Amino acid sequence: MAQISLKVNGKTQVVDVDPDTPLLYVLRNDLQLNGPKFGCGLAQCGACTVIMDGKAIRSCVAEVKTASNRPVTTLEGLGSTKKLHPLQKAFIDEQALQCGYCINGMIMSAKALLDVNPKPTDSQIKEALAGNLCRCGTHTRILRAVKRASGQKV
Amino acid sequence: MKKIELSRRQFLKGTGALIVSFNLFPPASDLFAQAARGGEPDPTQLDSWIAVSQDGTVTVFTSKVELGTGVETALAQIAAEELDVSWTKIMVDMGDTEKTIDQATTSGSRTIERAGPQIRQAAAAARKELLRLASEKLNAPAAKLTVKDGVVSVAGDPSKRISYAQLVGGKRFNVTIQAEGKAGDLKLAQDVKPKDPKEYTIVGKPVPRFDLPRKVTGEAVYIHDVRIPGMLHGRVVRPPVVNTEPTSIYEDSVRAIPGVIKIVHEGKFVGVVAKTEGAAMKAAEALKVEWSTPKTKIPATTEELYAYLRNTKSFTTLKGVEKGNPTTVLTKAKKQYEASFRWPFQLHGMIGPSCAVADVHGDTATIWSGCQGPFRTRASVAGLLKIPETNVRVIYHEASGSYGRMSNDDGAEDAALLSRAVRAPVRVQWSRQDEHGWEPKGPAQTQVLKAGVDDEGKIIAWEFTDYSLPWTVSSITTLLASEQIGLKSKTPGSGNGNQGGGEIYAFENSKVIAEEIPWLQPEPFPLRTSNLRAPGQLSRCFASETLLNEIAADLGVDPVEFRLRYLTGDQRGTEILKAVAEKSRWQKRSSPAANAPGTTVTGRGVAMTRRTGGYVAAVADVEVNKSTGKVTVRRVTLAHDCGLIVNPDGVKNQVEGNIVQGVSRALFEEVTFDGNGVTSLDWSSYPILRFPDVPDLDIVLVNRPEVAPLGAGELATVPVPAAIANAIFDATGIRLREVPFTPKQVLAGLQKA
Repeated sequence: MAQISLKVNGKTQVVDVDPDTPLLYVLRNDLQLNGPKFGCGLAQCGACTVIMDGKAIRSCVAEVKTASNRPVTTLEGLGSTKKLHPLQKAFIDEQALQCGYCINGMIMSAKALLDVNPKPTDSQIKEALAGNLCRCGTHTRILRAVKRASGQKV
Repeated sequence: MKKIELSRRQFLKGTGALIVSFNLFPPASDLFAQAARGGEPDPTQLDSWIAVSQDGTVTVFTSKVELGTGVETALAQIAAEELDVSWTKIMVDMGDTEKTIDQATTSGSRTIERAGPQIRQAAAAARKELLRLASEKLNAPAAKLTVKDGVVSVAGDPSKRISYAQLVGGKRFNVTIQAEGKAGDLKLAQDVKPKDPKEYTIVGKPVPRFDLPRKVTGEAVYIHDVRIPGMLHGRVVRPPVVNTEPTSIYEDSVRAIPGVIKIVHEGKFVGVVAKTEGAAMKAAEALKVEWSTPKTKIPATTEELYAYLRNTKSFTTLKGVEKGNPTTVLTKAKKQYEASFRWPFQLHGMIGPSCAVADVHGDTATIWSGCQGPFRTRASVAGLLKIPETNVRVIYHEASGSYGRMSNDDGAEDAALLSRAVRAPVRVQWSRQDEHGWEPKGPAQTQVLKAGVDDEGKIIAWEFTDYSLPWTVSSITTLLASEQIGLKSKTPGSGNGNQGGGEIYAFENSKVIAEEIPWLQPEPFPLRTSNLRAPGQLSRCFASETLLNEIAADLGVDPVEFRLRYLTGDQRGTEILKAVAEKSRWQKRSSPAANAPGTTVTGRGVAMTRRTGGYVAAVADVEVNKSTGKVTVRRVTLAHDCGLIVNPDGVKNQVEGNIVQGVSRALFEEVTFDGNGVTSLDWSSYPILRFPDVPDLDIVLVNRPEVAPLGAGELATVPVPAAIANAIFDATGIRLREVPFTPKQVLAGLQKA
């Protein structure tokens, strides 16, 4: 076990955990953040996506020690039902969910994209989300939601 | 969904309640329904279905669950419509066995069709009672009363008014209603006349889904997010192969891992329980177990599998159509066609793996689960623990989309066994490898088709036989943990359906049957099977619609026109096909299309089907790269008729998802296996469609107010693989008879051509 200082959603918190534990488990179980989801534990589906140092990463394979003192943003860090982030609002406007289990990853990957490319083309959005799996088949709505959030015509 | 974790019974007794960290305090209304009386809710009590709170919100109680298909919102619309209350005031409390009546498992796309009328009639009965009460209070005949958003007023005298909340808010109705039959067949308040659909103002509107805001912010509590005080974490250690049992378990192998509490071993079941999820995961990986040599052999290759399907005697035959004498007429046909088709095992492929929490104390148990059938889970857990069903409470939480997989709640049984062993609440989450390896798969199928055509190019005989593995996991069989501790199914399972074999067409001589081939029961094995979205019908539709196209092409007839010839007398079938032809700007063609020379060729194909009263037709536009063999679906146009539409955007969302999943299953998906078990244990060995492969979608929703509302959860996926196969033929002239349409298969076909 080790004391690790985490900067999650702008708040610094110290956790006492096995430093090899995947970041996802610490976010979910120690910090009670339900946004990032376990999907595969293999960095294959994207359900666990969070943003670290401005990049979308797979928290299921990132050891918690690698996140020490680096800024991490989870879905909760974007907004809440009372104050939605434009991406969250766009996903509601487009009704771009079915079960919603993958949506954390979609929104966080889209956030990382829009932060560096505010007006992406359709194919850039598809490319940015290519590593995120959706089984319900909500893809076309997700694409529209990301486009809408970027202020482009859908 | 509104989640209330506080048992009404416990609340009223003032005893210690289960407090869950995410708990929302229940509105007063919730305290006044059903189980407050103790024991099971009574379907003949209006209070078991509807409660009005002091603030005027209305809670509807249903055992149906929101799987991501939008039924929570649609059922709320139905209730709001009958009650004349804004949909914003409706809450739906779903899937708690202590608070709701069993309305059958949420499956088969039948919630709107079956539970819809139940909710509608309960709401209509509530409105009738509210008007009776208002009539007394306002001293006016009920016939003179009107209702607007939950406020009753006297026609012509708007000063005389009273709200639903003032009438019954926070109180019980104490009204008995008619209730006949059970579960999906339960008929409620048949003596109460519901609204004429012509008057609908809420049903038919694209009301936004209730559950989405919480789901885009991380505030929704999925089953994976449930945390109970004192909860421990469990993992099950599955055998590496089919039907083995542990011969030695080396507990020393996990002793160094801090937080491990117990190794649980019962029969063939092995699991670990630890204080933290990380420790449970580590321990499950590290635990050294020696397993016995497998007792059961399964086919080692796909060739062996399909040979097994064709050469094994069926245990039951599902008869679709038997009309005229196709066998004799076939011999007299001018031209005969024969073809066989193959469909592999496919995964439900939930993105979030199985997960459940169980708290077992003596002979009682509470289960938190993302299952499709809370009452089915209640029965299976009760059977596993050998306790009365009424001693088990199942509380539903939203989960990863399941497409049939969570009809069979393996995770709840795992959690129950582990909780019993450590006498504490235990959360179990499956690994990705276990979910891919051990989920009950969509069964493999093969079909043999024969058709005969006369001098005039008319189909005079049609013989369709589906050879399918059954669902070895169903409501009449045991689940994984039960099997591992020695409980055995007494049946070979349930059939995989028989729709989609060409029964939609008016052939004079036709036989459509499905042979159910016995599969490895009752031992635990990874190639177990169950209902996968539109069970068996994608495969049957692929076979029948492909052969039909092949005949049309051979006769040089346009495939739309050819189908219309056999849809005489079927107005909905005719109109749905014409609708898709119009929307897709179908141009008469005789396949294959004349493609210019070059690497990339394009084509389009059509297919249609009927399922449980709904009609669908699809046109696929594809591009085939002749040098790589890659098929890209550019666009799918689809026309959809599921009767009266309750929520057009909800239906559209389902239709879109069904199409995309159909494309994925047609192009990419196949469970691989060897003689021991499943070898495709992750998303790289079992790929599904990704964003770059998503087609454009063009959808026509045909609304039929005169037809009772039907589900939209399955129908649209059915014709998609067939339409793609026909489009590939149009593009290339090659016939694919096996799913998935991999580059390898396409290249092999091109080489032969």
